[in-house]
Amino acid sequence: MTSSMLFNIATFSYLISMLAFFTFLAVKSKHVGLAGSLASYFGFIVHTAAILLRWKESYDMGMGHAPLSNLYESVVFFAWTIILIFGIIDLKYKYRVVGAFVVPFALLGMAWAQLGMESGIQPLVPALQSNWLLYHVITCFLGYAAFAVACGISIMYLIKAGKEDSAGTTQAGGIISMFPSIKILDDLNYKAIIIGFPLLTLGIITGAAWANYAWGTYWSWDPKETWSLIVWFIYAAFLHARFTRGWVGKKAAVLSIVGFAATIFCYLGVNLLLSGLHSYGGGG
Amino acid sequence: MKNVREDIFFDKNPWKSGSVTLTTSNRGFLQALWDFFCSLKLAIFLLIMLATTSIIGTVIPQGTPPPEYLQTISDGKYKIYQALGFFDMYHSWWFILLLYLFTVNIVACSIKRLPRVWKVISEPTLVMDDSFEKTLGLTHDFKMNGDAASLRDKMTAFLKGEFAEPVVTEREGEFHLFAQKTPYSRLGVYVVHLSIIVIFIGALLGSFFGYKAYVNIVEGTGTSVVYSRSGQKPIELGFTVRCEDFAVTFYDTGAPKEFKSLLTVIDGGQVVVDKRPIIVNDPLTYKGITFYQSSYGPAGEGGLYHFTVRERKGGAPVKLSLHPGERTLLPDGSSMQGLEAAQEVSQFVPQFRGAAARIEVTPKGGGEPQAFIVFQNYPEFDAQRGADLIFTYDGSDEKMFTGLQVAKDPGVWVVWTGCSLMVIGCCMAFFMSHKRVWIRVRKGHVTLGGSANKNQPGFQLAFDALVDKLKQQ
Ligand code: HEM
Repeated sequence: MTSSMLFNIATFSYLISMLAFFTFLAVKSKHVGLAGSLASYFGFIVHTAAILLRWKESYDMGMGHAPLSNLYESVVFFAWTIILIFGIIDLKYKYRVVGAFVVPFALLGMAWAQLGMESGIQPLVPALQSNWLLYHVITCFLGYAAFAVACGISIMYLIKAGKEDSAGTTQAGGIISMFPSIKILDDLNYKAIIIGFPLLTLGIITGAAWANYAWGTYWSWDPKETWSLIVWFIYAAFLHARFTRGWVGKKAAVLSIVGFAATIFCYLGVNLLLSGLHSYGGGG
Repeated sequence: MKNVREDIFFDKNPWKSGSVTLTTSNRGFLQALWDFFCSLKLAIFLLIMLATTSIIGTVIPQGTPPPEYLQTISDGKYKIYQALGFFDMYHSWWFILLLYLFTVNIVACSIKRLPRVWKVISEPTLVMDDSFEKTLGLTHDFKMNGDAASLRDKMTAFLKGEFAEPVVTEREGEFHLFAQKTPYSRLGVYVVHLSIIVIFIGALLGSFFGYKAYVNIVEGTGTSVVYSRSGQKPIELGFTVRCEDFAVTFYDTGAPKEFKSLLTVIDGGQVVVDKRPIIVNDPLTYKGITFYQSSYGPAGEGGLYHFTVRERKGGAPVKLSLHPGERTLLPDGSSMQGLEAAQEVSQFVPQFRGAAARIEVTPKGGGEPQAFIVFQNYPEFDAQRGADLIFTYDGSDEKMFTGLQVAKDPGVWVVWTGCSLMVIGCCMAFFMSHKRVWIRVRKGHVTLGGSANKNQPGFQLAFDALVDKLKQQ
């Protein structure tokens, strides 16, 4: 059994999970919803094993390092963190339908990594040989994943709020009726962001600490750094917007989606479109 | 749930606060200015402005933009960019102004709100009267046997055991108990805001009292001067740094594995640091000045390439040494030139390892010169070329230089303190809540009330559990 086979099994499980969640929306059967969650948990366990196995494989190949060093590995890890945060929300708050809007993000990442990316294990270039790599990447990606979950919830919010507006004051029917109430969605959005914000803050701080340790400057306005700060500003605006009238609800949901779009640009766009210190790692 | 706000902390309209009842227009203006800087709307505006303007510097190259880039933009555009400071936008007057406004905003806003929050912490409402009870979301009434004093003692013990030590107040024959948990979590927000100011102070300290510099040191030599990264101004270190040796190693794939310099520090004629290896993620710090491995290259001076040449038909091999680019005559009358050499070829020719040189041989009496590569680790390789002369490369003694980044930043500890405060403050603000419980004791009658400033659903569960325990008593 190789790690790559395990990654394929995990990807397949997420596919099953997503299909189950979509069916859940349509048929509203509790069992189907449970099946969706179980498939994603199974995928998560296999996914975890695959990451650990890949870690071990890198040692067997004589260049042992945590599997967080290139674009492929980071996308795989990102998908893992998304399912982790989803699992926390599912188990803690019991809003299963959220899975229909969150698991697809993880599936998309895994499918892209497995089908479209060079997956070979590469040795670490000198700049990445540091424990800070581990702290920095893990905190950043947990933060990103929380924002992904918040984005999925915000999309649900906008769909539901839009339907309820057009249907007047009555509750919207059909698939939408499975969604939690907009008040709960608004609150879940906030909860996901208050998990993500401190993690992103830690991610930026560990990145700065590492840069200071490796190059002697904790902040150099490199595009990746700047974009992570942009993302941070957007979510700080989100947090404060809640205290000002007229900025809760729809506007907050839009801000959360804009925040996630900026997060994705920070993660991928900067590496693919702009140049800077981080370009060697292809994501990290 | 956070969106249920406690009105004591908020003006009904947070960004239009303050009833302007001052008489002179001057004071009215100051009041308006103060309100402007206290406003949350300004905060959101500034955050979004900072986020959007920051994008400019990630799209337009910063510092001295490369000439290729300048050729791609028109003259007019160049002038506009230059005037707006877009080529160094994070240090442009308007970006710095935004940061200052932001700082003033945080300070003003926090100064305005902190006293009110402090009052809630230091002067809690000890008495739950009927009107206050109505403002609480969570209340519960009990009938209980016993007179007020014995019920008071029972409730005091109960709160102490199940929640927190209460304060007891007597009023008009009734007893009021008040207990609270983690009131200081209300300060989390202010810790975060303070941390931003602390980080700014650290950054300013670094920019006034520190420097960023670089220096290239050739193996076997030392320096006591480094050059500032902006403007190449020389800076005296006050001691000498020597590079004893520099080495690069590579992976089998040809990717670099490690850059390593051996540094010695000599201060006042004394060796204080002896041949300390530094690599990319392991710098050397001496007297607050840190040296980071950042680049390397051939020193381009004094290096000799060494070769052995033998004739295919036999005979004693001849050793040759020549400078890069130098031409020399060979035993058979042809001539050779050492073009370039590398310590490690795997990055260019992945099948091979070790040092190699590219040489050019010109046949006797002129003719088409032939250039080819010879390897130190594969002495027989050149025989396959089939020529009369067989070359092997014996390496070079060309010196390398190590490129070091040099930094002095006395503000960096202030920055890390600020960062720690920020993380602590965020955790206080998001994950802790100020929980309060009141108990009013009348004869045969006990009323429980509770509130939390965050995570009300969570507190409701705790409150219900408290009520259940009380029922069982
Ligand atoms: C990037 C900079 C900033 C950060 C990271 C930050 C951080 C925070 C955090 C974490 C909270 C708690 C939010 C919550 O509980 O949901 C908060 C609340 C708040 N912030 Fe900021 N803040 C920033 C800038 C500002 C500025 C410029 C102002 C100026 C008006 C401001 C005013 C406030 C106010 C009034 C609150 C609500 C306080 C309360 O709960 O009583 N913040 N801030």
